[in-house]
Amino acid sequence: MSGVHATARIGARYDGRGGTSLPVLESDGPLALRRTRGTAGEARVMLVGAMSGPLGGDRFAVEADVGNGARLQVGSAAATIALPGQAKDEAHYDVRLTVADGGELRWLPEQLISAKGSDLFVTTRAALGADARLVLREEQVLGRVGEEPGRLTSRLTVRVAGRVVLDQELACGPGAPGGWDGPAVLAEYRAVGQLVVVRPEFRETPAEARNIGEHARVMPLAGPAALVTAVAPDALRLRRALDEALADVDIR
Amino acid sequence: MTRAALLVLADGRFPAGGHAHSGGAEEAVGAGRITGATSLEAFLRGRLHTTGLVTAALAAAAAAGGDPAELDAAADARTPSPALRLTARKLGRQLMRAARAAWPSTELDALAREFPKGAHQPVVLGLTARAAGLGAADAAYCSVYESVSGPATAVVRLLSLDPFEATAVLARLAPELDRVVDRAVVAGSAVATAGVDALPAASAPLLEIGAEVHAAWPVRLFAS
Repeated sequence: MSGVHATARIGARYDGRGGTSLPVLESDGPLALRRTRGTAGEARVMLVGAMSGPLGGDRFAVEADVGNGARLQVGSAAATIALPGQAKDEAHYDVRLTVADGGELRWLPEQLISAKGSDLFVTTRAALGADARLVLREEQVLGRVGEEPGRLTSRLTVRVAGRVVLDQELACGPGAPGGWDGPAVLAEYRAVGQLVVVRPEFRETPAEARNIGEHARVMPLAGPAALVTAVAPDALRLRRALDEALADVDIR
Repeated sequence: MTRAALLVLADGRFPAGGHAHSGGAEEAVGAGRITGATSLEAFLRGRLHTTGLVTAALAAAAAAGGDPAELDAAADARTPSPALRLTARKLGRQLMRAARAAWPSTELDALAREFPKGAHQPVVLGLTARAAGLGAADAAYCSVYESVSGPATAVVRLLSLDPFEATAVLARLAPELDRVVDRAVVAGSAVATAGVDALPAASAPLLEIGAEVHAAWPVRLFAS
């Protein structure tokens, strides 16, 4: 059993008339992409999970490439649930995002839920040009309601003009290094999220460090970017905190 | 190489300013997340496998001769909290003063010139180990031990915890410290061929958030 291997691709380009075209929109197996109604200048794509997963042994990847002058927003139709598979292997979910100078990407998928017995490695890599804009949201929910989580390892790396401005990995669940549910890492919180905001203006005027509610913080990074880190008892309260933060530190 | 130099560098009385910092323990005590020896152990274990691993790998890489400026940038990328970046640079600058007095070296002089406001502490620690004739594993040991011993001592003061109990917690963690050092040394030596992306990036959301909260406290016993 080697699991399902699937890679979906999105390419967004400026169409020369103030809008964004999608010359590449490739679904693959369980990863189905749908273009939805956008706004003036911004194309929108919805990732529709055509079947549940990833399961143990699966290797999913999603790639988005945004060109100069193009604006793309990507969402997902539902939460992604990592489940145990028949194969005992771990599952992998790779997200690779590139945004050229003058491009803009809003990457706003729904939550990733780590179900009991699952073992998933998520790798998200964003590479941006010096004047690119990015909003990237990641939300991890550890276990469905009242359920123990699976093992989830999630690494997020953001580069701007070749320089790494953020490199963070969170490992939790059974089999993760000890202390992940202790007072230094997540304590009793079972929902954790990050919001990365990159905008060239931050180079001159960095985002201001501040609190959003009880357990969310806006933190200016060393570079033209800010990170909002939030922990919450559940997915609903996590989203509320991140939405509030996004209203505060958006890219435009 | 001299084993005694390792004891000098790892000694809690080495005048590098670490005693003024609680490694997030003061905030965790204030928030009620550390209340005794059991929760202290869970706190230290979490700290060890996240920031402890990352700083030990940075120190090992610096001790092995990695480019200090690149390692410093890698430390920045792994420290989203501006309060923690500031703390790491302050501690780096204080360690630099003690290190240059103890083990004068042209590499330390060059780093001090390049980072007048201080480089990240583990980078300075790695170069200090080099100057003292120590190796990458020694630097990693200093770093992981510091990552748990500082907060343990702080909690003894903050909670009036029995020092015997706190020391027993450290002793129980010792085998895990060994394993983290092994991982840190492997990652640190990979930097020479694979670059700084080979360094671990394990993060602790509550330490990052807590450091920002703590920095805004009007009155506190510890600087961080």
